[in-house]
Order: sequence, then C-alpha cells, then structure tokens
Amino acid sequence: MQNEWLYIGVFLVIGIIVPIVPLVFSRLVAPRKPNPIKQSTYECGLETVGDSWVQFKAQYYIFALVFLVFDVETVFLFPWALSLRQLPLFVVLEGVLFIAILVTGLVYAWRKGMLEWA
Amino acid sequence: MTADKIIFLLCAVLILASALMVVTTRKLIHAALWLVAALFGVAILYAVLQASFLAVVQVVVYIGAIAILFIFAVMLTRREMLDKGVQTRSNWWLPALLGLLILAGLVFLILGQPAFGRTAAEMPAGVDTLRNLGTALVSPDAFVLPFEVASVLLLAALVGAVYIASGKKE
Amino acid sequence: MNFLNDPINFIAGWMHGLLTGWGLPDGLTTVIIYFIGITVLIIFAMTLDIFLVWVERKVVARFQDRLGPNRIGPFGLIQPFADIIKLIIKEDITPAGADKLLYNLGPVLAIASVIILWAILPLSSKIFGVDLNVAVLYLVAAGALGTLSIIVGGWASNNKYALLGAFRMVANMISYEIPMVVALLIPTILADTMSVQGITQAQSGMWFAILSPLALIIFLISAIAELGRSPFDLNEAESEIVAGFHIEYTGMKFGLFYAGELLHAFTFGGFIAVLFFGGYGGFFGLEKIGFFSWLNNPFVQAVVFLAKALFGYWVIMWIKYSMPRIRIDHMLAFNWKFLTPLALVVLVNTAILSKVLAGLPNWGYVLGMFFSNIVIGFITVEILRAYGRKQRKAEAKLSPQSTQKQEQAA
Repeated sequence: MQNEWLYIGVFLVIGIIVPIVPLVFSRLVAPRKPNPIKQSTYECGLETVGDSWVQFKAQYYIFALVFLVFDVETVFLFPWALSLRQLPLFVVLEGVLFIAILVTGLVYAWRKGMLEWA
Repeated sequence: MTADKIIFLLCAVLILASALMVVTTRKLIHAALWLVAALFGVAILYAVLQASFLAVVQVVVYIGAIAILFIFAVMLTRREMLDKGVQTRSNWWLPALLGLLILAGLVFLILGQPAFGRTAAEMPAGVDTLRNLGTALVSPDAFVLPFEVASVLLLAALVGAVYIASGKKE
Repeated sequence: MNFLNDPINFIAGWMHGLLTGWGLPDGLTTVIIYFIGITVLIIFAMTLDIFLVWVERKVVARFQDRLGPNRIGPFGLIQPFADIIKLIIKEDITPAGADKLLYNLGPVLAIASVIILWAILPLSSKIFGVDLNVAVLYLVAAGALGTLSIIVGGWASNNKYALLGAFRMVANMISYEIPMVVALLIPTILADTMSVQGITQAQSGMWFAILSPLALIIFLISAIAELGRSPFDLNEAESEIVAGFHIEYTGMKFGLFYAGELLHAFTFGGFIAVLFFGGYGGFFGLEKIGFFSWLNNPFVQAVVFLAKALFGYWVIMWIKYSMPRIRIDHMLAFNWKFLTPLALVVLVNTAILSKVLAGLPNWGYVLGMFFSNIVIGFITVEILRAYGRKQRKAEAKLSPQSTQKQEQAA
C-alpha cells in the first residue's frame, strides 16, 4: 500500500515517543520529595486568593468565532488557487467575489465594535 | 485481513471509544479533548482513503478552530467544570432497549448492501484529485453556484454571531 | 543511482533487498525502513535543536553587547549539554490539583507538533520525508496541534495565571493564522501547486521573495506571532505574568517547551527559505551551466537549504531582540484591521496579475508582479500616514496646551 500518509503516521508515533524518553529518564534520575509548600500554586510568592477560576472575557470567544469563519473561507480558497492556471480570467473574478463577500462581513464586525478588546 | 482493514478497525475503535468518553466523562475539559481525539480519528480515516486535502482540512478546521471554540465556550460559561449529579436515570433500560433495536435494524440493512465488505478500488494513477476539486469548484457547469452561496452562508453566520454577541453587551 | 546522487533511495533499496532476502513481507519491510529513516531524521532534528540553544544564547549576547556562554567547552559549545543535564536532574514538582495526564501531555504534544513538520521539509531534491501534495495546509494543521498543546498545558497547571497566559496566547495564535494562510496562498498561486517540492522547483527562475515581497513580509510577521516570540510574546511576558502558561512546569518538561519553541522557530525559518527564497535550489539557472553542475548534488542542496534556514532563523532572532513587546489589544487590532485586509488585497492582486501577465516574457512578469507589490505597499503607507496625521490633529486639539491657549485668547 504505497500511501504517503503511512510515513506521516509512523512519524507521528515516533514524534510522540521521542519527547517521552527524556521525561521517563528524568523521572528515574531526579529526586522526588514532594511537600505541600512546594506543590502549592505559584502566585509570585504570595498566598493564592480565591479559586483558580476567574471570569474570562467574552472577547476571547468573539475572536474565536470570527477566526472560524475566516478559517473556513481560506480553506475554500485553496482549491480555487490551484485551478487558476488552466481556466480563463473569470475564474479569478469568481474568487474575488467570494473574498469580497467575506470582507463585507469583516467590515460589519469592525463597525459593530466586535474587534475591540475593551 | 489486509493492512487496510486492520487500520480501519483500529481507527473505528478509536473514534467510537473517544465518542463514548465524550458523553460519559465527568470533567468537561476532558470531554472536549476526547472530542479532539474522535475528530483526529476521522482525519486518519480520510488519510487512509487517500483524500489528503480532506484530512488536512479536517485537522485545520475541526481541531484547529471548532475544538478550540468549544474549549473557550466551556471555560467561559461554566463555573463548575465537573458534572456532579447522577449520570443515569432510573428507567435507563427503555432507551437502551430502543437503541439496541435500532442498531440491529441498521446492521441488518447494511449487511444486505452489495457494497459491504468490498475493499476500495485503487485510485487510477495520474489522477490529481486536488486539481480536479479546484476545477470543479469554479467551473460554471460544475459547482460554482454552491461555492458562491457558501460564502453568503459564511457571511450570514458571521453577521448572526456578531448580532448575538453585541446583544449581550447592552 | 549511486550513493552520492541519490542517497536515500540507494540506502532504502539496499535495505529493502536485505530485509526481503531475510524473508519479511513487503509491507513490513517498508514500515521498518520508514522507522529507521524517521528515527535518523528526528535525531538529526533534535541535535540541531541542541545546537540552536547555543546559537540563540550567543546571538542574544552579541545583540546585548556581551559575550554569552564561553566557559564550558570551546566558545561555550558544550553549554547546551550542561543545560540538558541540569534540567534532567532537577526535581519534577507537580502542583497540587493539577490534572496529571494533561499536565504530562502538554509538553509532549508541543514537541510532537513541531517534529511532524520535519516530515515534509525538503532538505534537497532527493532528501526529504514525503512529498505530500497538500504540504502547505499540513503546515497549518501542525500549527493547530501546537495551539491545542498550549491550552492543555495552561489548563492542566491549575493556576489562574497559567490559564490567562494560555488564553491570550491562543487568541494571538489563532488570529494570526488567517494572514499566514492567506500569505501561504500566494506561493501556491505562483507555483500552481501545494507541494513544497513543486514550490521549490518553480523558483528556479526567480525567487518568490522578489515576485511578491509583501507576501514575504506578511508571512514573516504572522510566523513570528505563531511562534509566540517577541514582539508577540505575551505568552512569556517575563515582566508581566512571569512565565505565562508554563509557570508550573519544571525540569525537563519546561526544557521540552523551550526546545520546542526554538525548533519551531528554526522550522519556520526553513519554510520561509522554501516558500520565498528558493529552498535548496533557486540559483537563477546557474546550475544548468556545466561548470556549476555540482550544485545539483543532494548534499550540496541540503547544505544550501540549512544555510538559508539559519538565515531565516537569524532574522527571526534579530526581530526578537530588537523590539519591545506589543500589548494584546494592539496586537489583535493590528491583525484584524490591518494585516488581514492587506493580505487579502495582495492575494487578489497576485491572482489577477498571474492571469493578466501570463503572456509576457519572464522579465515582464517579474517586473509586473514586483511593481504591483511596491504600489500596494506605497498606498498602504500613505493611508497609514493620513490616518496618523488625523489622529495627531485630534489629539493636539484636546491637549492641555491648546486649551490653555484658548483660555488666554478668550
């Protein structure tokens, strides 16, 4: 089965084993003397205040959403890019129309203030 | 038992086991990461079928964007990251029975299909699937209209998301 | 085919003959050959990684007008080995309440996502892992796995600063993926293929850095943001949130994150060399002259590629050690309001020109593309200057001196 992905599969397996080797070696060689003070959460030398849960900004989610839409768009553009050489000029214009529709989406999000970090 | 079949079976076990862990694990972050494992299994299936473009797109879009969106959503909305309640209801035997019946019906139908159990045909040499996909997406007698409509659909999704997000801020 | 002209196929053929002679089935032989070849490649990559630690410390020292490590070994060359030994024998403190499996998975995934990039890196026309026909998207996919490793590492540490650092870093990385993918589309259009071997061979006439310098700049900026290096290093922001998402990692796990970042930077240097500077070739047709035919030798090509990759890595380090950190809101505004529209404009320009200029002779094509990029760059700079002028006028009106003058006049 001459599948080029077989190579990448073996690569992935070895790529996961290679960092595990020094970790295992370190576990064998390094001292382990856990005590509660060493294991407490680090907060610049002070005692922790409150849970380690904070109210995260909704802004992270908005950026992830906008990123998702544009990610799918760029993925659509790859087959378009590969077909440019064989087909006539109007193919380019089809792609430009695609990009233009999504740029209006970006401008809309910009004007609505979704791209601010405030 | 050719190598193809062995890899397919391992992949199927990975996907189904990860999907099972998604719905049964108690910690929400673990559920999101088991979902990543299931999606990765689907990408492996695409790669075995030599659909290289779909395999990488699966990783880029599903794992790189959608799984991250899920993780952000889980972290932003849940204070308790642990499901503390009882995981089953008292009459769990009824849905289990229905599920088994549906499974039996599906297996019976699939076994009757003529294509079941056959291996995939070898891809004819010299077929550049990626370029064919590209030409198909943009030629007027193929799929250019769905291509452009997809962009309008993405625009609609973006506008909808912006509208809902800005509504929350008032 | 002999060893000098085609080393990998020669060795693979010899081993195949040997192993099938021992009676092993064909498929298993292929897997064993792959296994050995991949192990050699990965050991080469990790050794290069160790060497890069030394390069990094020496270069940062020179930028800061000091000497850098020079005590251990000649010119401090043994320093990285001393570092590795120190990291291995350090005690591994797992914070209380950390999620054990995810805590250990983070660094492993971070390095794995960088190592799998070496499968498609074309060291020469005959020395490479596999010639994937979707190599350009594979680069983005490996980046997606890296992003996941940061969230896993940040969450598993059970530390709110680690989680905050991880979130900011991930928001940064995913935002800059868009201009990066759009900038990757431009060599795809110019070379008409997504495979890195095809892109390298398409540059035998003219480097893509000259055909599209704006694409190079956009890819460079996005790559630096993806790597999480300065000026986009709010991940490590040493003066702000201590060490970002790897606060709670000690010993070898931290070493793996750090080494992974350096190797990632070098690999991106390699990709800049492949995509824009002609990779292992690109001698503008010089190798066709009989005297220079040794330039086609795979080993010479590998050396050329590594030299170009090191140059790319040096440029990334240069930017890191010369610029201050950018604030997160400036960083995201820069991406979504400037870099993404600019990248899309350059893409549309390249696509249209690749059809319009297709009939012209080579020099017409090159000049046309190059000047269109210059024109776009000029227009962008003019728009920014006009915007800056408007902002300065608005601020001057509100400043205390102008209000004082208004009061005096009144």
